[in-house]
Amino acid sequence: MTDVALYRTVRKPAAYYRVRRRIVRFFQSAALLLVLIYTLFPYYWAFVSSTKQGAALYQAALVPALDFTYYRQLIDNPVFMGSLLNSAYVAVSTTFLSLVIGLSAAYALGRIDFPQRRVLLMIILMISIFPQVVVLSGMFELINWMGLFNRPSALVLTYLLSTVPFTTWVLTTFIREFPRELEEAAIIDGCSHFRILMKILLPLMGPSLASTGILAFILAWNEFLFALTFTLTDENRTVPVAIGLIAGNSRYEYPFGQIMAASVTVTLPLILVVLFFQRRIVAGLTAGAVKG
Amino acid sequence: MSARLARRDHLAAWLFLVPVIIVMLLVAVWPLGRTFFFAFTDAYLDDPSVYSMVGIANFLDVINDRSWWVAVRNTMVFTVISVAIETVLGLAIALLINEAIPGRGLVRAAILVPWAIPVVVSAKIWEWMLNDQFGVLNKILIGLGFIDHGIAWTASSSLIMGVVIFADVWMTTPFMVLLILAGLQLISPEIFEAAEVDGIPAWKRFWSITLPMLRPAIGVAVLFRVLDALRMFDLAYVMAASNENVMTVSIYARDRLISFQELGVGSAASTWVFLLVALAAIIIIGALRLDRASGELTK
Repeated sequence: MTDVALYRTVRKPAAYYRVRRRIVRFFQSAALLLVLIYTLFPYYWAFVSSTKQGAALYQAALVPALDFTYYRQLIDNPVFMGSLLNSAYVAVSTTFLSLVIGLSAAYALGRIDFPQRRVLLMIILMISIFPQVVVLSGMFELINWMGLFNRPSALVLTYLLSTVPFTTWVLTTFIREFPRELEEAAIIDGCSHFRILMKILLPLMGPSLASTGILAFILAWNEFLFALTFTLTDENRTVPVAIGLIAGNSRYEYPFGQIMAASVTVTLPLILVVLFFQRRIVAGLTAGAVKG
Repeated sequence: MSARLARRDHLAAWLFLVPVIIVMLLVAVWPLGRTFFFAFTDAYLDDPSVYSMVGIANFLDVINDRSWWVAVRNTMVFTVISVAIETVLGLAIALLINEAIPGRGLVRAAILVPWAIPVVVSAKIWEWMLNDQFGVLNKILIGLGFIDHGIAWTASSSLIMGVVIFADVWMTTPFMVLLILAGLQLISPEIFEAAEVDGIPAWKRFWSITLPMLRPAIGVAVLFRVLDALRMFDLAYVMAASNENVMTVSIYARDRLISFQELGVGSAASTWVFLLVALAAIIIIGALRLDRASGELTK
C-alpha cells in the first residue's frame, strides 16, 4: 500500500506525458519495423535471388532483376511440375479425409456425453505429440504390405497420423463452442445424431472447417520425413523433398538461383492462404492449443 | 434421460468414432506396436520376414554407440536454447503487437509467413543467405565493417548448431507469438487500467500482472514447442545432412533404419526417442499441473 501511495504523489505536467507517449510510440514503431524486416526479408531475398541470372546472383543488389528465366525453366521441367501436382494431390486428399474423419469424431467427443470421452481425447492428444520417426519401421512394413511404396497415396495414408488427431482435437473445441440450445428442439423431436450434425451443425461450421482445413493443408504440404522415406523416384516426390534433394554439379556449385525460384513457387500458395485467411489460421491454432 | 436413451447415445457416439478409431489403429497403434516388436529382433529392412528374437541387445547397441549420445546432446542443446529464445522473443513481439497499432491484421499475417512456409524452403533460404562467399548476411556484415571476410556459417562445424537454432527461431517464433497473443487478449483490459490509474509503473504491471496471467498460455506453447523440437528432423537434415554436430535423435534413428537398413537396431533407437519425448511430456505436463495447483492454493 505504501508504495502505491508513493507513486501517486509524483505528479508531472501534462506536457511531460505527451512527450513521453510520443517517444514510446516512436520506439514501438521502430521495433515493429525491425520485426517485419526480420520476418519478411529472407523471403524477399529469396524472390530477389530467383530473378537474377549468372554473376548478378552473387551481387548484393536489393532490387529484383525481374528476369524470370528460372521460373520458365521450372514450368518446362516435367519432374518439378509433377512434384507440384503430387504435393497438391497429397495435401488436398489428406485435408479432405482428415476433415471428414475429424468432424465425425468431434461430434461424438464434443456433443455426446459418454463415459470414455475424456480418455479418448487424451489418447488422441498423445498420438498427435509422438515423434514420427517412432512409427517409421512399422509404417514401412504397412506401406509395403499394402503395395503403396513409392506412391503418393502412401503419403496420404501416413499423413493421417498427424492430421487426424489434429483436426479431431480442434474441431471438438469448435463444436463445443456452439450453444447446446441449437439442437434442443431437434433432440426433443427425436432427430438422429447424424441429422443434427448434417442439418444443424454443419451449415454453421464453415469457418471452423476452413480454419482446421487450412492448418491440416499446411501440415501436409510441408511434411518431409515420410515423404523422403516412402517415395523413391523423382516423379513421385512432393515439392519439399524435390527441393531438399536438388544438388548442383558438384557440392560447391549449388544452383541457388533455381532453388530460390522453386522455393518461391512452392511457398506462394501458402503465402496467399496466410494473407487471405490469417484470422482463420489464428483461430484454428489457438483453438487447438489454448482452450484445450 | 432414461437409461435406454443414454445407451442409445453411447452407441451413436461409438459409431461416430469408428472412422477415427480405424485410422488410428492402422497408422498409429499398429505401426507403433510393430516398431516396438522389431526393436527386439535382428531384422533387416530388405527382408523383414527373416528375423530372430535378440532380447534387449539392440537397445544396448544404441546406448553403447557414441554417436547416439552425440545425437542426444545435440537434441537437448537445440531444444533448450531454441525454445528459450523463442519464448522470450515471442513474448516481446506479442506484447508489441498487442499494443493498439494500425494494420494489426497485416502485421499478424506477415509474422505468420515464416511459420507457414516449408522447413525445407526456410533451410534453403538461410543456407543461401549464409553462404560464405555470396551470402547476403556476410555482405551486410562486411559492409558494416564488423568482419573483413565472409564467415562460412554452414560449413563450419562449430557454427552449424548456432545456424540451425537461428533458423528454427526464425521459423517458429510466430507460433509462440500467436499463442501468447491469444493469452494476452484473454486478460481483461480493466485490470491494466486500474493498475495504471493507481500509478503502478509499467515494468511492475508486466511482472506482477501480465506475466502471471500469461503463464498457462506460455506453458502450453512451451510444451508444444519442446515436443516439436525434440523430434526435429527436416531442418538439420536439409541444412547439414548427417553432420554429427547437428545430428538429432530422429536423424540418428532414421539413418540406422533406412540408410543402414538395420530394422532391429533402428527400431530400438526409435523406441529410445519415444521414451525421451514421453519423459519430456510427462515432466512438462506435470510442471504445468503443479503450477496450476499451487496457483489455486495461494489464491
